[in-house]
Amino acid sequence: MRRFTWLAPTLYIIFLMLPIYWLLNMSFKTTNEILGTFTLWPQNFTLDNYRKIFTDPTWYNGYFNSIFYVAMNTAISVTAALPAAYAFSRYRFLGDKHLFFWLLTNRMAPPAVFALPFFQLYSAFGLFDTHIAVALAHCLFNIPLAVWILEGFMSGVPRELDETAYVDGYPFWRFFIKIFLPTIAAGIGVAAFFCFMFSWVELLLAKTLTSVAAKPIAATMTRTASTSGYELGLLAAAGCLTIIPGAFVIYFVRNYIAKGFALGRV
Amino acid sequence: MANKTENQKAWLFVLPVVLLVAFNALIPLMTVVNYSVQETFGDNVFFWEGVKWFEQVLNSERFHAALLRQFAFTGTILAIEIPLGIAIALTMPRKGPWVPVCLVLMALPLLIPWNVVGAMWNIFALPETGLLGKVINGMGIDYNFTQQPVAAWLTTVLMDVWHWTSLVVLLAYAGLCAIPDAYYQAAKIDGAGGWAVFRYIQLPKLKRVLTIAVLLRFMDSFMIYTEPFVLTGGGPGNTTTFLSIDLVKVALGQFDLGPAAAMSLIYFLIVLLVCWVFYTLMMRNEEA
Amino acid sequence: MARIGLHNVRHSYVSAPAEDADWALKHMDVEWQDGGAYALLGPSGCGKTTLLNIISGLLTPSQGTVTFDGVNVTATPPDQRNIAQVFQFPVVYDTMTVYDNLAFPLRNRGVKEGSVDARVREIAGMLDLHATLDERAAGLTADGKQKISLGRGLVRSDVNVIMFDEPLTVIDPHLKWVLRSKLKELHQRVGATMIYVTHDQTEALTFADQVVVMHEGAVVQVGTPVDLFERPQHTFVGHFIGSPGMNVLPGQVDGTKVLIGDTAVGKISKDTVFSESSDKIEIGVRPEFVKFASKGVPVQVTKVSDAGRFQIVETRHEDSTIRVLVPEGKPVPSEDAKLAFNSAYTQVYVNGWAVS
Repeated sequence: MRRFTWLAPTLYIIFLMLPIYWLLNMSFKTTNEILGTFTLWPQNFTLDNYRKIFTDPTWYNGYFNSIFYVAMNTAISVTAALPAAYAFSRYRFLGDKHLFFWLLTNRMAPPAVFALPFFQLYSAFGLFDTHIAVALAHCLFNIPLAVWILEGFMSGVPRELDETAYVDGYPFWRFFIKIFLPTIAAGIGVAAFFCFMFSWVELLLAKTLTSVAAKPIAATMTRTASTSGYELGLLAAAGCLTIIPGAFVIYFVRNYIAKGFALGRV
Repeated sequence: MANKTENQKAWLFVLPVVLLVAFNALIPLMTVVNYSVQETFGDNVFFWEGVKWFEQVLNSERFHAALLRQFAFTGTILAIEIPLGIAIALTMPRKGPWVPVCLVLMALPLLIPWNVVGAMWNIFALPETGLLGKVINGMGIDYNFTQQPVAAWLTTVLMDVWHWTSLVVLLAYAGLCAIPDAYYQAAKIDGAGGWAVFRYIQLPKLKRVLTIAVLLRFMDSFMIYTEPFVLTGGGPGNTTTFLSIDLVKVALGQFDLGPAAAMSLIYFLIVLLVCWVFYTLMMRNEEA
Repeated sequence: MARIGLHNVRHSYVSAPAEDADWALKHMDVEWQDGGAYALLGPSGCGKTTLLNIISGLLTPSQGTVTFDGVNVTATPPDQRNIAQVFQFPVVYDTMTVYDNLAFPLRNRGVKEGSVDARVREIAGMLDLHATLDERAAGLTADGKQKISLGRGLVRSDVNVIMFDEPLTVIDPHLKWVLRSKLKELHQRVGATMIYVTHDQTEALTFADQVVVMHEGAVVQVGTPVDLFERPQHTFVGHFIGSPGMNVLPGQVDGTKVLIGDTAVGKISKDTVFSESSDKIEIGVRPEFVKFASKGVPVQVTKVSDAGRFQIVETRHEDSTIRVLVPEGKPVPSEDAKLAFNSAYTQVYVNGWAVS
């Protein structure tokens, strides 16, 4: 029995890879081949779909827009969450437990519920169709998550570290930046990974808050699908490109994923 | 936890977080509450309506149907993803060169934008050009998810399983890795079989991460919008019109802001309530 | 009950061990008498836990055989060896009650409920667990959990050997002593062979009849606590046991005379031959067996520290430090002095090993 345990994960991974393979397959086909015949791999291999994306500004700008607001959101979320997580892990203060719980309830807030009010709010502040609008909006669910993950990592650091540093005469901020942050570097990495992940995959809010200047690539895809009929090849190529940043990021944090999840803080 | 020092200045540390989240959470929430008790005929003229919208939504057939579809969907995917995720995690290697390979490949679906997931499955399942559609039709089963309600529903479930089972796998796997070897050794010495090891060691130790997995999957699947919207657009008919899709249809399609706002609040309350009940039950069990 | 034999056992965690350092256990040839109370003592990383896991069957040794009462059990899985093991961190089945925890090994072996019940209650009584039988095991304190782990071993009437892997690590100091006395009492009552792994000499010396001292994957001495103290067979044992440890200084042997510098400090039997000039010759003597005298090894007193009933005096002889225990209240010379060694307890070591 034990000898066949590899079978289940292998079958599962094959199941996961099939739709991705199909997307990749389609992205190298011409529209004629897609609509005309059914083939398991491209017969007339073409890079036209990718060429189109890399030469058309509405496409490649979408790509940069996404990366831009995701990076901004990750930076904001983690930076704001660091001192807060420290406060929750080290101090007792008025309303701390309620505050922590309230933060977490925002992780449950369904984006569809907030889409319309968000549109009005950010329009009222003149932020509609800017990168910062999306970056700020995603803070709604990413900051609670980052605080939660970081608090878990910080609670694992003994308080003696802080006390020793004070005894050695470190001012608080120097201690925090020079000693404490390097100690929980793995935690910061894990928090940043999850902020990246949830900001990258969320689109309802990103689409609602943008029209042209900050439109994410994945939203450009929906537009293409509806306006120019069936450009499946192009759609597939764009889809494949959106997978790459995610794959890249996972590869770098692969050794931390299990550890981050182990804290049960996701 | 006990040795935390009392320090009210800690509020300064949490202030940025509170401001950012409050800006994003409180103002929109107030807007929603505001809409939910008023009627508008445009031009920013509002009339007080009290709980009329809530009564209307709660009594509507359409809401009942969407809610039922939603619970059926959420129940189904939980019943598939949780056991499947545990099973995969149990069979994954604990160490060696295959571990990072498995982790990276399994985490991949989690990092694909949600509408790309919908689009990908659309392309994958199309009856004529998609691999899945072609294979099923090739087996002599008539399959077209854009026209057959059952096929559309099953395809949506399959897509969700594809998309999110890995989350359960990763959580369960991390939980399994955290069990000290001594437990397995003690079980061996005590003569426990494979099932007993699972039932009395692995499952109890996984309780915490599984609670989180169930909560996350419940919250996210209950409010699922993007993936089924891109895959099926809620159709055919209303087969895959889940709560969020229905909500957006009402709010943006018909611009009935009052009922839409009332619906939003009702959903949010349902999620909060279910999460709270589930969490309390799990934790009470822990203390008993 | 069983006599346990380890014959030429070696173990390596590396698949193709090449050098000496690859072996977690270098060479083991030990007999453990039936019903004995043994302690396995040594610093962290000396191979204690490896040895324990080989006896319990959790590990199969790379080479050599393990026998129980002369029967080769090298390939027998742990559940068929009739052994019990208490781990460093308490292992209990969280979801079960204390009762079910104790019954678990019996139920797994298909024992009838009637005899399970009788046996569980008997063991619970022995371990003072009867009051908590119906409670969830997860709710107990660390020492309660360790008792459950022990109880799961004891319920089986056929148990050959009970092994303890640093079982008191997570126990509060004031309970350590209570639990240790309990173990001692149980050993007398049950009569099973017990092997107790620890790096704490006090635990080892108070628990065991025989102490096995390990160092870098090898046994350096097996003996009673008194043997280890009075006649350490290796300089490591001298250092490791006793507080402060044994003084070890370079010396020479001239015929039968043992010399430090020009001073004779002891004798060895005539037939000892020192063939290699490269051999390292050292003299070992415990601080307890050194005293200030009018003639002897010339030293300077460098430091005096008060340790309650004794003063520990550090002195210097050439490049080496010699510690002396002086009873409380006795005068200590202020600078230059002479030391006399009790020759009955002065040992000569060649390359670390004692010669008679």
